[in-house]
Amino acid sequence: MTVVRRAGLALLLTAAVLVGFVGVTHWIMNIFIFTVMYAGLATGWNLVGGFAGYTSLGHAAFFGIGAYAMDVTFEHHSIGAGYVPFAILPLIGLAVAALSVPLGWIAMRTRAATFAIVTITLLFVVQTLAFNLKSITHGSQGMGITPPPFALHAYERPFYIAMLAMLVLALLISWYVQRSKLGLVLAAIRDDEDKAHGVGVHVTAVKLIAFSTSVALASMIGAVWAYYVLFIYPQFAVDPLISIGIVLMVFLGGKGTLWGPALGALIVVPAQQYFAYELGASKLYLIAYAGLFLVIMLFLPQGIIPSLTSWADRNRHRRARTLSGGPLASPPLHEVLP
Amino acid sequence: MSNILEVANLTKRFGGVTAVDDCSFGVAEHSITALIGPNGSGKTTAFNMITGYLPADSGHIVFGGVKMSRPRPAQLARLGLCRTFQQARVFDQLSTRENLVAASQPSWRELFGARSTAADREQADQLLADFNLSDQADKLAHELSYGQRKLLEFAAALVGNPRLILLDEPSAGVNPVMIETMERHVRARHAAGSTFLIVEHDMNLVMRLCDPIIVLDQGSPIATGTPNEIQTNSAVLDAYLGA
Repeated sequence: MTVVRRAGLALLLTAAVLVGFVGVTHWIMNIFIFTVMYAGLATGWNLVGGFAGYTSLGHAAFFGIGAYAMDVTFEHHSIGAGYVPFAILPLIGLAVAALSVPLGWIAMRTRAATFAIVTITLLFVVQTLAFNLKSITHGSQGMGITPPPFALHAYERPFYIAMLAMLVLALLISWYVQRSKLGLVLAAIRDDEDKAHGVGVHVTAVKLIAFSTSVALASMIGAVWAYYVLFIYPQFAVDPLISIGIVLMVFLGGKGTLWGPALGALIVVPAQQYFAYELGASKLYLIAYAGLFLVIMLFLPQGIIPSLTSWADRNRHRRARTLSGGPLASPPLHEVLP
Repeated sequence: MSNILEVANLTKRFGGVTAVDDCSFGVAEHSITALIGPNGSGKTTAFNMITGYLPADSGHIVFGGVKMSRPRPAQLARLGLCRTFQQARVFDQLSTRENLVAASQPSWRELFGARSTAADREQADQLLADFNLSDQADKLAHELSYGQRKLLEFAAALVGNPRLILLDEPSAGVNPVMIETMERHVRARHAAGSTFLIVEHDMNLVMRLCDPIIVLDQGSPIATGTPNEIQTNSAVLDAYLGA
């Protein structure tokens, strides 16, 4: 990594942290929190949806499981000064990772469209369980967590920082996977899974590592969310729109890239808030959402970052050709991507 | 000479059609064995069962002393049995070099290490040089010509120094110069100690490269022998000419 890039990243992170400390109004801070939340969810989803090529529509199930894990844990336990819930996030992540192994093992026996349907079914199974396991979740009555005693003028700050930490964790994991052999064999699986078996890749295990890590991140983010919104109920915590939103953002930004998913969230979440504000209580904003999806599919089928990369590539080649008078071999994709 | 691969009583039915019928044969170590037969004789089905891509209805294989009735492709690869496909299958979105690194059967520890280490690159570049693909090392595999993809797939099958290599129609769809290149590589690897089992339709290539030759018809072997024996075998002539 070059010095410039390192400095840029440090600057970006500092700026992102500082956003939590500027005194903006509560509703703006609310948008920041949801933007960072979706950036984390999308970056985590990309581990399995982008790198391994398994389009999961079930991530909202694990988001909801994390949310309920948070509320169930603190139903009878004190949250202390309000920071204890953040401390148990790693435990929720590990527990959900373990739980997801058998689920992923079954779901990942299917591929492509079938996998998408199996995972969205999983989502509705979890939602139904949330409705019916009344002794744990209180069913459709919903359940809450004690509001933390944070100072009112900076109430959102701890939640924002926690969401940001989750996003940074998801980015670090993605960065590491891209640079390890794990990322290489995941890309091989995405290209031709049967062939990958034939050259001796531990296909099933590698897919499960990607799946478990990905949904564990979703569950931890769901847990922070549950604590932030304070009150959850089944349709709210296990919401198909969360899954669809994640996929939309990743496709917009560019799946299989490091920054694409976060970039997609950075565009879609504020846009969604804007539509919801402008188009009001009518559900027209959902149509705007669908319109956005259409625009992506028509004009940027690969997403923003891959499109920009290939555009930059073509330009450089054109320049190189005019300079040297001959065609130039293109560098591998992973060296071009940030 | 002992057999590196034993195929015992493999059977596969698709509905009412018995594609491979109680098929048994052996592949001698250090041989270049050919598996030939008229269209629909069950060569590819047998290949797919041997390499674990298709579960057999009955029968088993013995490879390297391990008896397997449900072999798995990854397990076979790690035991030293690699195959290529009729339609060259490579990882399109990986570079040519990375295609070879992905086939290097990384251990668990390596899986969590660097994407390509210096040793990986050195090993890959050596093979790419052997196959005259050095100039394509950084190109994505989908940018290669069909013949180059075929060579790349062959090279990838060789990465782990397998003991037995199964080639499914190595000459199909490639030009005559490329066929000679393929043949040269098979001979070189054979001289270095590898064993080959080849399904092939190009009889000229089979007759000059392979010994012994196994002829399948209607799902089971009808003859085994040297090229000369096969060319004069009346059962083989019947099968091919339908006389």
